[in-house]
Amino acid sequence: MSLLDFDFMRRALIAASLVGLIAPLIGVFLVQRRLALLGDGMGHVALTGVGLAFLLGTAPVPTAMVAAVIGAFLIEFIRYRSRTAGDVALALLFYGGIAGGVLFASLAPGKASSSLNAYLFGSLSTVAEGDIWALVLLALGVVAVIAVLGRELFAVSLDPDFAAVQGIKVRAMSTLMAILAAVVVVVGMRVVGLLLVSAIMIVPVAGAQQVTRSFRATAALAMVLGLVASLAGLVASFYVEVPPGPTIVLVALLSFAVLAVIAVPIRRRRRDTA
Amino acid sequence: MTHAHPHGSEHAETVDAVIEVSRLCVEFDGEHVLEDVDLTIGHGEFVALLGPNGSGKTTLIRAMLGLQPYAHGRVTLFGTPLGRFRSWQRIAVVPQRLPGASTIPVSVWEAVLSGQISPRHRWRPFGRDQKGAAQRALQAVGLWERRHERLDALSGGQQRRALIARALATGADLLVMDEPTAGVDARHVAALTLLLSDLHRRGTTIVVVTHELTGIAHLITRAVVLGAPRDEPSVVFDGPPPVPGWYLHDHVHHHDGDEQPPSVVGLEP
Repeated sequence: MSLLDFDFMRRALIAASLVGLIAPLIGVFLVQRRLALLGDGMGHVALTGVGLAFLLGTAPVPTAMVAAVIGAFLIEFIRYRSRTAGDVALALLFYGGIAGGVLFASLAPGKASSSLNAYLFGSLSTVAEGDIWALVLLALGVVAVIAVLGRELFAVSLDPDFAAVQGIKVRAMSTLMAILAAVVVVVGMRVVGLLLVSAIMIVPVAGAQQVTRSFRATAALAMVLGLVASLAGLVASFYVEVPPGPTIVLVALLSFAVLAVIAVPIRRRRRDTA
Repeated sequence: MTHAHPHGSEHAETVDAVIEVSRLCVEFDGEHVLEDVDLTIGHGEFVALLGPNGSGKTTLIRAMLGLQPYAHGRVTLFGTPLGRFRSWQRIAVVPQRLPGASTIPVSVWEAVLSGQISPRHRWRPFGRDQKGAAQRALQAVGLWERRHERLDALSGGQQRRALIARALATGADLLVMDEPTAGVDARHVAALTLLLSDLHRRGTTIVVVTHELTGIAHLITRAVVLGAPRDEPSVVFDGPPPVPGWYLHDHVHHHDGDEQPPSVVGLEP
């Protein structure tokens, strides 16, 4: 019996492909801006949204989306206001997010706190029929925003001062970046889980940049690596019967390790020919 | 050059003033970095902004460009107050370096083309004009052959030339450069000098922050010298070169504008 015969598995594969493609697309900008941990924080904040959804009996995806977007604004506000203590302030927000999520889920009736695990580490069976369209639309939204504003986001992440002198709204672009990261977190939370979703934003990018020489090539290769890791990790998790989040991240880390080894002779050859 | 502009702040409100700064004060944590700066730069001028380390040269250009909040004062760009200025395509900046080493590879080509990213071109991909301008700028600084390489794989001087190319490709009519020749070898300083001379002849207004005028000294039409941090006002000399030598060293005595400087030397500090 093939794994494609299961409806839930087909939905999980679609969701995993979406996050595998868009997470590195956003991650490449986050790494460039030295905000690799932003997605991590966004995941923590989204967890409060999931806990709240359990407590109120609402759907988790929209509630988590609202929480993550509020978190995005808060993070940008804190970063802007406190240049020096920014990372401590962010840490407070992250801890608050996790604590809030677990607290709300524990207060919720039934066995909500045990299903919280599925949101922390991902699950094969939780992508509901109605979720798929929401996830597809969110992912298309991310791609459309990058298609139109990607160059401005690139300019801001390369050199914010120069971007400002070109008339680009640097703060608006930074906030947009955080919101895009929030969307990716929500798209990925079902399959990869909130604790590990940011890994799929960062690890494929870290792998790709070992062998690439341009931003565009890094983004493209990272998206391929993200897609492969998501699908391979998902399939592995189906057969081994473990949550998909850890398997997806481990496959991504494996690809990073392989590229890090391959990169050594490639760099040497480039240096010799340069 | 069609407009032979006299220098000095007494020529405020001229129609083609490119930058007007009046009574500008900048503070960091309550410490005055710039005090009472009056400066009007006219169309077609080639201004060197000089002064000892810590005199606030970079801070002044950042304030002029809206990158540095100021305690009080007024900045006008091309006749429009800074807060309402929108014609950013008229200005290009060459920073000393990019902020921090980028972790993502960025090719020289991408970095130079990034100079032309603007909200005005949001809905259009880069056209032949923009790519052509980037190509000519890269050829002008001698980096066309290396356009596919990672920017951070280049030497410091080569990276500086790439940042200059990025600014050149914009076709801006005000060029603000922070130490453009630092770390650039003599051969390329000579090439850069020709390039700037040509731009200046075609009417580009150029402001160069520098501590070494090697090579470009003869192009300068005006020198503005900022004093030591405690000088009030911060501008201690404003006039055509050569700069009296003693202005460029840390000095303890204050002086008025009529005072005859004791010695006149070249522009080199």
